[in-house]
Amino acid sequence: MENALLSLLIWLPILGGGLVLFVGNDRSETARWLSLAISILVFILSLGLWTGFDSSTHLMQFVEKTPWISHFDINYYLGVDGISMPLIILTTFSTILVIAAGWQVIQHRTAHYMAAFLMMEGLIVGVFSALDGILFYAFWEASLIPMLLIVGIWGGDNRVYAAIKFFLYTFLGSVFMLISLIYMYNKGGSFSILDMHNLSLTTIEQAWIFWAFFMAFAVKVPMFPVHTWLPDAHVQAPTGGSVILAAIMLKMGGYGFFRFSLPITPDASLEFSDIVIVLSLIAIVYIGFVALVQRDMKKLIAYSSISHMGFVTLGVFALFLAYRPDSAEGALLGLEGAMVQMISHGFISAAMFLVVGVLYDRLHSREISTYGGVINSMPKFTGFAVLFAMANAGLPGTSGFVGEFMVILGAAQANIWYAVLAATTLIVGAAYTLWMVKRVFWGGITNPDVATLSDINGREFSILAVLALAVLIIGIYPQPVIEIMHVSIEHLLQQALSSKL
Amino acid sequence: MNNYFSFDTSTLWVALPEIFLLSAIVVVLLLDLFLTKPFKQATYYLTQVSLLVTGLLSFNLIGHPESIIFGNSFVLDNMASVFKVFMAGATMVAMVYSRHYLIQHSLFRGEYFVLVLLAVLGMMVMVSGYSLLTLYLGLEILSLSLYTLIAIARERVGAVEAALKYFVLGAIASGILLYGMSMIYGITGSLNISEITFFASDANLASRETLIINFGLVFLVIGIAFKLGAVPFHMWVPDVYQGSPTAVTMFLSTVPKIAAVAMLVRILIDGLGAMHAYWSDLFMALAILSIALGSVVALMQTNIKRMLAYSTISHIGFIMLGFVTGVITGYGAAVFYVLVYVLMSLAAFGMIILLNKKGFEADLISDYKGLSKHSPWFALMMLVIMLSMAGVPPFIGFYSKFFILQQVVSAGFVTIAIIAVIFAVISAYYYLQIIKSMYFNDAEKEITIAAPMDMKLVLSINAVLILVVGLFPDFWMKLALSLF
Repeated sequence: MENALLSLLIWLPILGGGLVLFVGNDRSETARWLSLAISILVFILSLGLWTGFDSSTHLMQFVEKTPWISHFDINYYLGVDGISMPLIILTTFSTILVIAAGWQVIQHRTAHYMAAFLMMEGLIVGVFSALDGILFYAFWEASLIPMLLIVGIWGGDNRVYAAIKFFLYTFLGSVFMLISLIYMYNKGGSFSILDMHNLSLTTIEQAWIFWAFFMAFAVKVPMFPVHTWLPDAHVQAPTGGSVILAAIMLKMGGYGFFRFSLPITPDASLEFSDIVIVLSLIAIVYIGFVALVQRDMKKLIAYSSISHMGFVTLGVFALFLAYRPDSAEGALLGLEGAMVQMISHGFISAAMFLVVGVLYDRLHSREISTYGGVINSMPKFTGFAVLFAMANAGLPGTSGFVGEFMVILGAAQANIWYAVLAATTLIVGAAYTLWMVKRVFWGGITNPDVATLSDINGREFSILAVLALAVLIIGIYPQPVIEIMHVSIEHLLQQALSSKL
Repeated sequence: MNNYFSFDTSTLWVALPEIFLLSAIVVVLLLDLFLTKPFKQATYYLTQVSLLVTGLLSFNLIGHPESIIFGNSFVLDNMASVFKVFMAGATMVAMVYSRHYLIQHSLFRGEYFVLVLLAVLGMMVMVSGYSLLTLYLGLEILSLSLYTLIAIARERVGAVEAALKYFVLGAIASGILLYGMSMIYGITGSLNISEITFFASDANLASRETLIINFGLVFLVIGIAFKLGAVPFHMWVPDVYQGSPTAVTMFLSTVPKIAAVAMLVRILIDGLGAMHAYWSDLFMALAILSIALGSVVALMQTNIKRMLAYSTISHIGFIMLGFVTGVITGYGAAVFYVLVYVLMSLAAFGMIILLNKKGFEADLISDYKGLSKHSPWFALMMLVIMLSMAGVPPFIGFYSKFFILQQVVSAGFVTIAIIAVIFAVISAYYYLQIIKSMYFNDAEKEITIAAPMDMKLVLSINAVLILVVGLFPDFWMKLALSLF
């Protein structure tokens, strides 16, 4: 039944996760295989979104709508367009990877670990497909719970602090979004996000709603200066947690800007776009330098994530300046670049965290100084690591280049100095990534433990190979991805440029 | 004219649940005297059956046309019947949990159940009270039973202290309430709610009369706030919660809140609804203070009962916000909130009692360390309860907060809503502390769950309901709205 596909993608992993919980930690082998099977099944089903998608319309597809809380006219309302569909596939894809990545490492309460990831997958698919404000909010908040537990139970030494900080930070950000949703409901009489797009709001209302949304999404992205939870959470989280956090949860923030901020508060977005652009540039440049001095590999990648996500917000908000009445090309480039950047960052950051995870599983250290000359004992692994590092630095031919280049082109239409500043990341990014590669992988063996390292096994090889393939495909031929989202993005641009006043 | 002394026996069956319960109390009390030790359990089962029948009788009266009997002092409407059903049901659940506690701590006595039944009777009278006197009568039946219930653990210093404190402060509150009632009586010349309504909604009220009504109103609000435990009349709450035997804490923190809300509705909305503009400001201040203080002070607690006491204070603040709005849907939101609160609070105290065993109260947050390893199922249930209390979707606690916030924003108090959610985030921190203990810490001491199967089952259902009702809140919201 094609119509219930989205529901299936949401509830199959959630119920599957429940099933895995009942399998229990004592039968961890069953739990692993069952989880893997469910995640692969969900991924295959989610490909149905891709094949059945009509990229010639911006209208919502695979729509499901049933009354849920009739007193408030809240509906169980799902649907995807070209913006959310790729992110859903990214989610189902990444979940397979983290389940495979946790195969051997997680010996402690394995079933719970797998179940948490499956449930989170369902909830995040829910976030990306919900078209009702309260349904969206419910999925958005509920997805915090498994992540809280993942960081808190399977994390590092300082996991409790990181888990609670993560939860409270994001919770604080999102409650204001709830108030905005309620406000718009009271005004327009509907919680449907699409109705909110058409709701007319005054300048003052838009400003308040814009900042309320901004708090929710900026924390999630995360933008400077509300990014401080991310390095903590990443460093303490288990590898799988970091992967999901970087690859998908951050995208929820970016997605929020696309789905809520631009269409609902276009005038406020225009008015405050300068502030957002400045914050994005600070994230790109300053956080890039912060990444340079990190001694912990996970922290370095966490900061690099913040810097890369700065491109997303830059691409989104540069559209107002980049737009010319005679040519929307600059604005479109920025928006599409932001989307491509989100997807590409999903692959690259996942890969980078998995690379660190592979090393951490062997030596239980994330310190750069522990390593040195890893290439001597792990040549195959180093091959992958260097590829992903290059992608992270934005090497042409990898997916990292495409998104950043598009955003820089878009930003150049807005203001050449934005582009110049953003482009410094190509230098800084290369500096911190390659310097890390040099210190960890190249050179002679400095630490006797490194000599004893065994190269990646078949499981690790396949995970990294799949990611490498994804990074290269999008890097070399991004056209299919861009085509899928093109019409939706054009429509979004129209919404963002039409004043509601 | 209504004759206060007329007595029509044909109207009696409207009060059938109360009449039945009173008879049942007498039977239980007398029977308990003659039961020998091995048969003491019979008191418990008889109590449950009495509550069940009371609940069914009340359920049967749902949809009955509104009737006011006993010389205009007793009302039966949908709100009364629905509340009575909930109170009977919640008390039944509380009794299932209590039994385990009482047995573990050698407090199992027939008096406990008799007193609980008496308290329920008092609350039922409150819910149906349509005269200030009936309301006060119900309140005192409830309060006196509660004082005695707390003191049932008379060899514990803390319990005696709590009982005394509750008694003294409760008596003061009752006095204040009575004083307010006397003022209202003085100016309106009637104790009857409908006559007070008639008087207060007179558009040609002289300013002198308004002044006196307001004077009485302040005392009424204070008295009600005392009973609800709203800041700044909350001083008794933490001490009483902590000092009382957990089974009693559970009972007094749940069911009486429904009755207190009912009393509030009868006096302030049914009776003095026309004065809403005057009392809503007081309520606003009390609500915000309660939310703020409850959320902040709970952060520092190491005792989970004390923490839940402050958490209750902050929930009460949210409930009061519903009444500030001054519209029927706002009142509905408040009633929805109180029912949700009872569901969550029962489960939370049930979890504490679950871990109780001889000489171990399980009332420290650190007692929950490592629970998720020992008992993943109940740790998950506690996780659900705590997140629900914190207002995280998809659990029911979110929808109750959402409903209140929606009404508050709709009434134009956006700032109040923002303040409320900020404190809700702060309060999330201490609920997370429990989750942290259960999931992130390793056990410091052996955890054993000695609870009988029936308690485990009821507790599981109770906690699962928090999720299930959260997924399908529609029916309950509509039910709450239909009561006004």
